[in-house]
Amino acid sequence: MVMKKPKIAIVNYQAGNLRSVQKALEWHGAVGIITSNPDVIECSDGLVFPGQGANDSSMKSLRSKGLIEPLIQFISSGKPFLGVCLGLQLLFNESEEGNEPGLGVLDGKVKKLPTSQKIPQMGWNRVIFNDFHPIIEGVPEGSHFYFVHSYYAEPEDSNIVTGKTVYGIEFCSAVGWDNVLAVQFHPEKSGANGLLMYKNFVKLARV
Amino acid sequence: MLAKRIIPCLDVKGGRVVKGVKFLDHRDAGDPVAMASSYDKDGADELVFYDITASSDDRSIMLDVVEKVAEQVFIPLTVGGGLRSVQDMQKMLEAGADKISINTAAVDNPNLIAEGADRFGCQCVVLGLDALRISSVSAPRWEVRTRTGHGGGQPTGIDVLEWVVRASELGAGEIVVNSIDRDGTLEGYDLDLLKAINEIVNVPVVASGGAGSPKHMFEALVDANADAALAASILHYGTYTIEQTKEYISRRGVPIRFSNLQLASNP
Repeated sequence: MVMKKPKIAIVNYQAGNLRSVQKALEWHGAVGIITSNPDVIECSDGLVFPGQGANDSSMKSLRSKGLIEPLIQFISSGKPFLGVCLGLQLLFNESEEGNEPGLGVLDGKVKKLPTSQKIPQMGWNRVIFNDFHPIIEGVPEGSHFYFVHSYYAEPEDSNIVTGKTVYGIEFCSAVGWDNVLAVQFHPEKSGANGLLMYKNFVKLARV
Repeated sequence: MLAKRIIPCLDVKGGRVVKGVKFLDHRDAGDPVAMASSYDKDGADELVFYDITASSDDRSIMLDVVEKVAEQVFIPLTVGGGLRSVQDMQKMLEAGADKISINTAAVDNPNLIAEGADRFGCQCVVLGLDALRISSVSAPRWEVRTRTGHGGGQPTGIDVLEWVVRASELGAGEIVVNSIDRDGTLEGYDLDLLKAINEIVNVPVVASGGAGSPKHMFEALVDANADAALAASILHYGTYTIEQTKEYISRRGVPIRFSNLQLASNP
């Protein structure tokens, strides 16, 4: 029997980096659909919310495409959800980067990295996972992942913090609960460790 | 703690990787897709491709190379060479590049840095600086050179230190510092140049030109505090593997990334 390929929607709101996400999904036998269509998002087996870009223009773009409600609904649907970079930051309710409120799925604030460090943080840094999530299953402890960012999220609820990273300060580099994992780094640019996360994600979407 | 990066640099001409000395006398070094994939397995933190002929005919060849590499290599890719507009940048990004490196086009039209940074974010726009030492008697000075695809390039009269400050203010998110004097010589990076630049900008600085040994890389990363070291000849011709350079540097206490997983296979 041929296994059915899970359909993973990749939210397209002009936030870059979509093609590499798609290739990472395809690498593990999923179909990656780059889309801004709410119906496609609702029907997909899993959702990647990627992102690179600025808070305000991204929120405006999501709003104009009618994607805010579909995203919030998907997160509460229980189907696998992976947020990447800005796709983590936009889950919160406010950001120092702009005036537009985020999706407000999580309480907390997005803040600028300390100016004592080079900004953006660009390169490979360690993530210490302090909590288990099925998407990080098998990732060796203290693995490096590829980061490119100037802001970081500070959640109010420490129970959702899944991973931490040090760059001048210790910051939250991953949040997770049930079906949701959102990370500040780019798994699709993090070599074998990142590809393993996409493998786990596709596996969850198959069920 | 952020790891220091080791980056192989692949100069591409007519769809093949080549390597020259002081930007001339290019020898064939291999197939770009095969080399990219093997560097990824060996632990490269990132890959840089320069299209060193960059005629309009070769542009489509380069797009094809980037697409093929991006299909099987899941680490950051920087592409440069002959990109002159936001549209050129966009095409490369769509083909799978993560960052775009510009030199000549940025000197001719500095606003291109700002336009690129506005459109794609400053993390996407790399200044691929080509610097030539113009005095070494008292305090060293360096001049920005352009059109270096064919040798030492053209003089611009622009002082390197003034230019890097301006470029980073305009939105360049990283500076690759290519020393024309050291390129392919295996004599070590121009540490004075790296130190001088690192003191005046607050964006990542990548050392390039002159790597002949892991010790040279260590000097660039520690003595000159560069964020990354780029190398070509010593890696392309197998003098050292990336793993060997990383072990040398890591043993001396520098944070380095080692991947302890093999590439996850297709199901």
